Amino acid sequence: MNARALAFSTFRHAVLLAGAVVMLGPFVWMLSTSLKPPNEIFGDTLTLLPQVWAADRNYGAAFTQVPLARYLLNGVIVCGLIFSSQVLIALPCAYALAKLRFRGRQLLFALVIVGLMIPGQAPVIPLYLMMWQAGLLDTYAALVIPHVCSVFGIFLMRQFFRTVPDELIDAARLDGLGEFAIVWRIMAPTAVPALLSFGIFSLVWNWNDYLWPLIVIRTRDLATPPLGVVFFRSEEAGSDWGPLMAGTVVITAPLVVAFLLAQRRFIEGITLTGVKG
Amino acid sequence: MASVAQGSVPRQPVSEAHRAAARMEAFVAWALAGPAFFLLILLLLGPTVAVVVMSLTDWLFGATSFNWIGLENFAAIFGDRSFWRSLRNTFVYVGIVTPLSVGIGLGVALLIEAGTSLRSFYRAAYFLPVASTLIAMSIVWEFLLHPTVGAVNVMARALGFSGTHWLQNPDTVLPALALIGTWQAIGLNMVLFLAGLKSIPRDLYDAAAIDGVDSAWERFRRVTWPMLGPASMFVVLITAIRSFQIFDSVQVLTQGGPAGASEVLLFSIYREAFSYLRAAHAAALTVIFLAIVVTLTLVQARVMDRRVHYG
Amino acid sequence: MATVGIRDVRKHFGPVEVLKGVSLAIEPGEFVTLVGPSGCGKSTLLRIIAGLERQDAGSISIGDVVVDGYRPKARDVAMVFQSYALYPYMTVRENLALPLVMRRLDRWQRLPLAGRFMPGTREIRATIAAEIAQVAEALEIAHLLDRKPAQLSGGQRQRVALGRAMVRHPQVFLMDEPLSNLDAKLRVQMRAEIAELHRRLGATFVYVTHDQAEAMTMSDRVAVMMGGELIQVAPPRQLYAEPDDLRVAEFIGSPKINVLPAVARGDGAIDCLGLALPGPRETPGARLSLGIRPEAVAAVPAGTRECWHGTLAHLEHLGAEALLHVALDGAGRVLVRVDPDRAAGFAIGNPVALRPDQARLLWFDANGARVRPGGRLREVARG
Repeated sequence: MNARALAFSTFRHAVLLAGAVVMLGPFVWMLSTSLKPPNEIFGDTLTLLPQVWAADRNYGAAFTQVPLARYLLNGVIVCGLIFSSQVLIALPCAYALAKLRFRGRQLLFALVIVGLMIPGQAPVIPLYLMMWQAGLLDTYAALVIPHVCSVFGIFLMRQFFRTVPDELIDAARLDGLGEFAIVWRIMAPTAVPALLSFGIFSLVWNWNDYLWPLIVIRTRDLATPPLGVVFFRSEEAGSDWGPLMAGTVVITAPLVVAFLLAQRRFIEGITLTGVKG
Repeated sequence: MASVAQGSVPRQPVSEAHRAAARMEAFVAWALAGPAFFLLILLLLGPTVAVVVMSLTDWLFGATSFNWIGLENFAAIFGDRSFWRSLRNTFVYVGIVTPLSVGIGLGVALLIEAGTSLRSFYRAAYFLPVASTLIAMSIVWEFLLHPTVGAVNVMARALGFSGTHWLQNPDTVLPALALIGTWQAIGLNMVLFLAGLKSIPRDLYDAAAIDGVDSAWERFRRVTWPMLGPASMFVVLITAIRSFQIFDSVQVLTQGGPAGASEVLLFSIYREAFSYLRAAHAAALTVIFLAIVVTLTLVQARVMDRRVHYG
Repeated sequence: MATVGIRDVRKHFGPVEVLKGVSLAIEPGEFVTLVGPSGCGKSTLLRIIAGLERQDAGSISIGDVVVDGYRPKARDVAMVFQSYALYPYMTVRENLALPLVMRRLDRWQRLPLAGRFMPGTREIRATIAAEIAQVAEALEIAHLLDRKPAQLSGGQRQRVALGRAMVRHPQVFLMDEPLSNLDAKLRVQMRAEIAELHRRLGATFVYVTHDQAEAMTMSDRVAVMMGGELIQVAPPRQLYAEPDDLRVAEFIGSPKINVLPAVARGDGAIDCLGLALPGPRETPGARLSLGIRPEAVAAVPAGTRECWHGTLAHLEHLGAEALLHVALDGAGRVLVRVDPDRAAGFAIGNPVALRPDQARLLWFDANGARVRPGGRLREVARG
């Protein structure tokens, strides 16, 4: 029995470690390449650590050839604006759907459900036209506006609010709070854990979004991180991998570091994707 | 009882006050939900309807006029070999990514749960690709798959294989992209399965052990798998839905090439609309894309419903 | 029918010692209940008997076989779980069939489709079906065989769980708090049914519960566990009347036993709240506790001599009996069980006198161990 247990444990670790090497390999290789000079990158041997360290050259090139810091800043600004407006718009609506009785509630909820089924790419062409008509192409506004109303956020918060006891709201009403005050002073604070998960979901989703920025952004300085990497790559024309890998390290780092710091929350937030599809 | 209630308070004013309160509540509710309702129509539902309408015209981006041409766009699409190739490629991609990433995700989850050591390390390692930016990692994969200096070919050569230009070879480009997609999808499936495994009551395994279920395989077949069944159906469907929306890696790495060997549905839509400016044609393709995704989503919703009734 | 032998079983969970050397011999066909507060180790002991948990030291035997290395399947025990642990994806019929299928069909005969065509499968399946029908009949669940557990009520699930344990006629039944998920009324009914089932099957039952009433009503013997040790094993009546330990006295019996402080006097009597009572000879000044059941105290008119004095603080009418809560003049409260007709004579706030029945005094030393009159002397002589 003990020998069997040991054999199984060895098997488990062997398989999982082998898999983990494959899963982490690209990250390790990206990091390793970003530290190497060109002759080592183009050499025919695989080494993890460079013989001659070229980190300063590669990262220096990455930061001077393209505005990497600007891309990251764009990512933060765009995702921040999107998330705050999503909360501002979804939370009151979710409260009304969950806790108030009014004509049209059923219809509104049905629309939310229909909205949940529509993949984000479907309305892209008319949205592009709207942005064009409004003269907003190639601006932050074009990146933010189409995402300000998250059906998924409404749905998620509504489900959460339904678990909040009615007594809490009745007590608040007896204490003289109006409905707006109830939304922001009572419901929002109770919803913080759910909002955090949704925040991570929204952040990962919008930080990584590529199709929409690709369509509406032309100016280099307005690129979001994924679009920025692609701009970088087309400038490099695929010849100098060192700086390009340095660039991808910089672009990937924020989410990866955030994930490693708050694994549980991240996994919770991203698995919400399972519900959204 | 009723007479007591009537006797103490006059009936009419009560119901009047009630109605006023209900009106007030409705007014407040619409004030709260209105902005979301308006934006939902403006930014999602309206444009989606517009896509359907647009698919019935011959409008080109920038044109000042258009004609209604009924289903002609669809007729043209269905008669077009390249559409069928793009649809086929998309399904091949889904057909590779879904079983691989679900199977591996399940296996990894089972192995992680089967022991106690290094659990969180493994979970983090397998989940990391999900949390990273796919576009950036696609470029890293492009480097790994580089014909001369890429790690994959260097290793292949070291083992005596010749390797190939994975992303330029029409035979390997789609599997190579699917490999990247699988690599990215495993983590999410693993986490979903881990949650499923955690929700299986320990008592059930104990009862099974007493009932005589004592090999690992029997335990899996008699308890784990039936308990996981509905969850795995769900995982399969969401993986299919997500991988059906393949676009990023194709746009960055292959542009649908070589010779259309990696052309997928979303990429066709993107190119029709924003390179060839054939907006109506692209809209018709979008309608087809939408129909497929919505169908998959409806199936998924049914599966989720069943899971709720499962008890 | 088989004996169950538990010899000096020890178990640690990390730094916590949950079983500190437990020994118990259970006779064939006996109904033994392990009772104790939650966390006392009783469920762990049951799981060790079943083979679901491995002891750190000591051994378990079933029949005359030491089963320490055996898997649960090989021990010929059946278990009923608190959560019932029915397989939710199987019908009741399939739930009942599984223990038989796993034992009687070999790996090839069990194959999902091909198994049906293996030689012998059909005959074995037929006998299994007949046995299931028989058990279902006995438990009155025959009409539920094609339902899934989610479609059953709590009581019905309980019966299915019992049925799954019964189908293969095990030597030993292990039950882990099987009634605690039922409502109070159903629990009393199932209590009687399980006791009856035990008599009918004649198998050995080991039953775990935290509810002393369940233990007292169903068992041949009750084993009281606390802090990972068996404190006393005895038939219910004896456990109630002659507890070996203050903790047992306090755990068994409802309402709870009265415990009063006492001090040994020089003349051999013991002074308890001003009343001199006969008791064991202790060194003068030794501190003792007096345990006295509510029915061993009589309420008498105020002012009676040789009594404790107090006022009636509260009165509970329970139908068949009444309970007087008396606040003693010195300190402490005493609960007295009286005939409901007599209770009418008492009014809350009035003084009352209490006279203990001197034949039913239970004395415990400062460590909580029972001291019998004269007992301590023998111990001293032996030491």
